[in-house]
Amino acid sequence: MNLINLLLIPAIPLAVFLVLGIFSHKIKPAVSGLTGVAGLAISTLLSYYTAWQYFFVNGKTDGVYQTFVEKTVWIKFTDTLHIDMGVLVDPISVMMLVVVSTVSLMVHIYSRGYMKGDDGYTRFFAYLSLFTFSMYGLVLATNLFQIYIFWELVGVSSFLLIGYYYTKTSAIAAAKKAFIVTRFADFGFLIGIFIIGFYTNTFDFQLLNDPEGPAILTWASTSFMGLSLITWALILIFMGGAGKSAMFPLHIWLPDAMEGPTPVSALIHAATMVVAGVYLVARLFPMFYMVEEGFALQIVTYVGAFSALFAAIIAITQTDIKRILAFSTMSQLGYMMMALGVSGFDGHKGVGYMASMFHLFTHAMFKALLFLGAGSVIHAVHSNLLQEMGGLRKYMPVTNISFLIAALAIAGVPPLAGFWSKDEILMAAYSNSQFIYGVGIFVAGLTAFYMFRLYFGIFWGKDRQYKHRPHESPASMTIPLIVLAVLTLTAGFIPFSELVSADKIGFEAHINLPLAAIAVGVGALGILLAWLFYKKENDLASRFANAFGSFYKWSSNKFYFDEIYLFVARKVFFKNVAAPIAKFDKKIVDGTMEGIGNQTAVISRKIKDLQSGRVQDYAFGFIGGVVILALIFIYAFTN
Amino acid sequence: MDILSLFVVVPVLVILALVFTKDLRQARLISMVGGLVQLGMAINLLFAYFRERAVNDAVMLFNRDLVWFEQFNIHYNIGVDGISVSLILLTSIIVLAGVFISWKMEELPKEFFISLIVLATGVYGFFISIDLFTMFVFYEIAVIPMYLLIGIWGSGNKEYSAMKLTLMLMGASAVLMVGILGIYFNSNADGGALTFNILEIAQVNIPVEAQNLFFPLTFIGFAILGALFPFHTWSPDGHASAPTAVSMLHAGVLMKLGGYGIFRVAMFLLPAGALEWSWFFIILSATGVIYGAFAALRQTDLKYINAYASVSHLGMVTFALLMLNKTAWNGAILQSLSHGFMTALFFALIGMIYGRTHTRDITKLGGLLKVIPFISVVYVIAGMALLGLPGFSGFVAEMNIFMGAFQQDSMFYRVATIVSISAIVVTAVYVLRVVGIMLMGPVKNEAYNQLESTTWYEKTGILLLLLPIIGIGVAPLWISNLIMESLQPFIQGVL
Repeated sequence: MNLINLLLIPAIPLAVFLVLGIFSHKIKPAVSGLTGVAGLAISTLLSYYTAWQYFFVNGKTDGVYQTFVEKTVWIKFTDTLHIDMGVLVDPISVMMLVVVSTVSLMVHIYSRGYMKGDDGYTRFFAYLSLFTFSMYGLVLATNLFQIYIFWELVGVSSFLLIGYYYTKTSAIAAAKKAFIVTRFADFGFLIGIFIIGFYTNTFDFQLLNDPEGPAILTWASTSFMGLSLITWALILIFMGGAGKSAMFPLHIWLPDAMEGPTPVSALIHAATMVVAGVYLVARLFPMFYMVEEGFALQIVTYVGAFSALFAAIIAITQTDIKRILAFSTMSQLGYMMMALGVSGFDGHKGVGYMASMFHLFTHAMFKALLFLGAGSVIHAVHSNLLQEMGGLRKYMPVTNISFLIAALAIAGVPPLAGFWSKDEILMAAYSNSQFIYGVGIFVAGLTAFYMFRLYFGIFWGKDRQYKHRPHESPASMTIPLIVLAVLTLTAGFIPFSELVSADKIGFEAHINLPLAAIAVGVGALGILLAWLFYKKENDLASRFANAFGSFYKWSSNKFYFDEIYLFVARKVFFKNVAAPIAKFDKKIVDGTMEGIGNQTAVISRKIKDLQSGRVQDYAFGFIGGVVILALIFIYAFTN
Repeated sequence: MDILSLFVVVPVLVILALVFTKDLRQARLISMVGGLVQLGMAINLLFAYFRERAVNDAVMLFNRDLVWFEQFNIHYNIGVDGISVSLILLTSIIVLAGVFISWKMEELPKEFFISLIVLATGVYGFFISIDLFTMFVFYEIAVIPMYLLIGIWGSGNKEYSAMKLTLMLMGASAVLMVGILGIYFNSNADGGALTFNILEIAQVNIPVEAQNLFFPLTFIGFAILGALFPFHTWSPDGHASAPTAVSMLHAGVLMKLGGYGIFRVAMFLLPAGALEWSWFFIILSATGVIYGAFAALRQTDLKYINAYASVSHLGMVTFALLMLNKTAWNGAILQSLSHGFMTALFFALIGMIYGRTHTRDITKLGGLLKVIPFISVVYVIAGMALLGLPGFSGFVAEMNIFMGAFQQDSMFYRVATIVSISAIVVTAVYVLRVVGIMLMGPVKNEAYNQLESTTWYEKTGILLLLLPIIGIGVAPLWISNLIMESLQPFIQGVL
C-alpha cells in the first residue's frame, strides 16, 4: 500500500477546510465551491485507486485479504498503553473509503447548485470538508481511541452543519440535541474504551480482534454483575455506536437533524456518519462474536431489529418528506445492525456480516439519491411537506425517474442494489432465528409501503396550485442524481461476498430462491398497497388511519419519545438538579463562608467597642481586672 | 545572572520602568516589551532545559542556592523541572495576552500594569522556588495585588468581591502557613537540621502522625486557591468583578498555583498523609467536578458560567493528583496548562463582548455570530475545547486523567471516576446552551448591528491563547513527555 496516497486522502479535505475556514471572508463563493469539489475529486480518485489496488492487485496473500497498518504514537498513557494515529487498510475500511468518497463528491457537486446564493456558501464547503476529513480519519482508524477521536470530530461537523442556518431557532435546537444525545452515548463509549484499555492494555484493533489476543483470550478472567467486564465494555461501546447510528432509544436526534441543508442530510445523516455505529461493530466483529459467546452481539441484534421495526412504523405516518427518509434511514441502519448480530464467522456462516456491509454500501447510494432527490423537490416547491406536493413527475422528469429507481431499490425489487443486500440479510436472519427473520420480512413490507407512499405522494396524485411553476433542477444537481441512479442500478452486481467477509477469505454467495421470492412478494405487496392508497387522491388512507385510531396517533407522534426526553432534560435535570445546585451554592456554601466572615466582623466590632476612649470604662476594666485576678490568686494559693 | 533569577529580575525592571511612564501609550508599550522579553525567556528556558536535561538527571535543573536567613535555614533556592518549565511558559503567554487585552485601560494605566506585573512576578517566583519559605513569600506577592486590581479597576460590586476574595485567600494562607511550619518542624525527623528545602525534606521520613495532621492543612491551603469545592465561592464573585486581564491572569495562572502546590508540597512531602486522606479529598474533587458543571448550567452571567466551569475543570486537577499514578498526574499538569489557556481565552472573549455590548447576561445577547463573527467563532472554538473535543488541549488532559483514574480498580475509585467522566456530558450542555443563546439565533438588539469589529491587539491576544490550545491538542507528545519525565522522582517518592 502506498502510504503517501493513503495519507493524502484525508489530508486534502483537511487542507481545504483550513484554507476555506481561515480565509472564508476573502474567498469568492465560486472559488470555494470549485476548491471543495476539486479537492475531493482528487481524494476520490485516490480512494478508488486504493480500492482497486487492494481488492484486485496486492491485497491478498494466499487467498486471504491482509490488513496493512501504518501508525505512530500520538500520546502515551504508560509505557505500554498509548494512543496511536495511523491508517489501517482492510476490506471494510477500503469499502468505506469508496462509500465516503463517492457520496461526498456527489454531495459536493450537488451543493454547488443547491446552496447557490446562500450567505454562508464558503462556510458550508469548509464544514463539508471538515466532515469528510473526519470521516476518512474514522474509517482508517487503527485503534479504538483514534476512532473515538474522529468520532467526536464527525459529531462536531454534524453539529455545525445541522445548525448551519444558525439564525433559525429550530435548527439551533436540533443541532444541540444531536450533539448532546450523541455525547451522552459517547460517554458510554468512552468508559467502554477505558475498561478495554485497563483490562487488555491495548486499544489496537488488530490485537483486540486477535483470537489469541488479550481481549478474546482472557475475557473470562474478569466479571461484574454476572458478565465479563469485556462484555460490559462491548455493550458500552455499542452504546456509542447506537448513538451515532440512531438506534432506539438514542434515535431522537436523527429526525430533528433534518433541519440541516438537504445535501448535508444526504451525506451525513443518511450515507456516511450514521453508519459509523455499524462500522464500529463490524470493526470489532471478531471481539463481539467471540467474547462471552457473543452475548454483546445478541444485544446488537435485538436493538437493531427493534429499531428497524419501530422506525418503519413511524415512517408510515410522517408528513415531512425528509423526516420520512430519516426514519427510513434509522430503520435501514437497524437492519444492518441486525445483520451483524445474526452473523456467524467463517466462510458462508459469515453471510450476515457480509450482507450488513453490502447493505451499508448499497444503502449509501440509494439513500443519498433519495435525499438528493428530495432536496431537488424541496428546491422546486419550497416546502418539506408531503401534502403540499403532488403531480411533480411532469415538471421534474430526471428527479422523478432517479427517485423511482432509488425507491424500487430500497423496496428490494430485483435486480436493483437493495434487493441483493436485503435478500442476504434476510437469508442470514433466517438461518439464525425465525423471529428475527419475521421482523425483517415485516419491515421489508413496511419499507416498500412507506417509500411508495412517499413516491406517489410527491410525483403522482393531484397537481397542487404551486405559486411558482416547479421546474427541474440545474445540471449541477441532476448530474449527481443520474450518477447515483446508475450506481443504484448496478451496485448489486458487485461480487461483494468475495471482497468483504468476516474471516477475510471470501466466499461465493447464492440466492436462496424461496426466501428471495418471499421478500420480493412482500415488497411488491407494500408497493401495491401504496399504489391503491396514494396513487390517486382517495380517502382509503384516512379511513385506514381512523381504523387504527390511537395507534396511528402514537406513531405520528413518534411514540412521544421527544416529549419524554424533553421532560427528563428540562424538568428533571435543569429544574431539579441544576437549579437546586445553583441555589445551594448561593445560599448554603456561599452563605456559610459569608456567615464566617460576618461573624468575624461582629466579634471584632464587639472587641472594638472595648476601646471606647472613655477613661471611666478603662478604669472600670482595670479595677474589674484587678479584682478578678486577685480572686483567682486567692483561690489558687489558699488551697 | 542565572537563567531562572531573570524571571524575577526582569519583571522588577519592567515595574521600575513603568514608574517613569507618563501615559497609557508608554505604559502599555513598556509592558508589551516586557511581556515579549519574558515570553522569549520562557521559550529560551524550554530549549535550555531540553539541552540540559539530555546531560543532567538531577531532579531540579539550573539550581541556585543562596542563604537568605541563616538562623532558620531559609534559602533563596531555585530550580526547575519539566513541570515548572511548562507552567512558566503558560504564565508568560498569558501575561503577554493580558497586556494586549488591556490595551485600552484608560483608568490609572501605570498603576494597573504595575500591579499586574507584580502579580506575575510572584507567580514566576513561586514556580521556580525549591525552598518552601521562599515559595510562600512569592505566593503572597502574587495574591496581594489581586485586592487592588479588583478593588480599583473592577466593576459591579467590586469592594465586596475584592474583600471576599482576599479574605478567603488570606484564610487559605493562614492554614497553609500552619501546614508548612508543620513540615518544617518535622524536617529533622531523621536527625538532620531543620530545613525548608523541598528536595531535602522529601528524603526525610516525616512521622506518619505528623503527616496525617499536616497533609489536610497543606492540601486545603492550596486547594482554596484552586477553587476546590466547597471553598470555591470567592471565585465566581471575584471573577465577575475583576477587570478582564486580571480574570485572565487569576484564573489562567494564579489558580494553577493551587494544583502545583498540592503536587509539589502536599503530595510530595507528605505521601503517607496523602494516602490516608485521599478518599476524603477525592469525594470533594469529584463532587466539585459534577457540581461545578451543573451550577454552570444554571447561570446567565458569562463570567459566572466560566467561574463554575473552572470549579469543574480544576476539580479534575485535584481529582487526578489524588489518583497517585503517573498517567493521572500527567493529566493533572496538562489540565492545568490547558485550563489556563482556555479560561484566559474565555475571559478575554467575555471582556470583548462586554466591552461592546455592556452586558454579560446571555439572555440579553443573541445572534452575535452575525455581528462580531471573529469573536463569536473563537468563542465557539473555545467552547469546543472546553467540552473536550479532540484536537484541543482539554481532550488530551482529560483522557490522561480518566485513563489514570481507571488504573485504580476498587469500586470507590471507579464510581468517583465515572461520576467525573459524566461531567463531559453536562459540560457539552452548558457550552452549547451559551452558544445557542448568545451566538446563534436572530440578533436580539438593534444596537448590536453597529458593534465595533475586532482590533489587531484583540486578535493578537486571542491568537496567543488559541494557538497553544490547538498546538497541545494536535501534537501532545512532546509536552506530555516533558512532564512525564519529571514525574518519575515524584512517583517514586509517593509509592
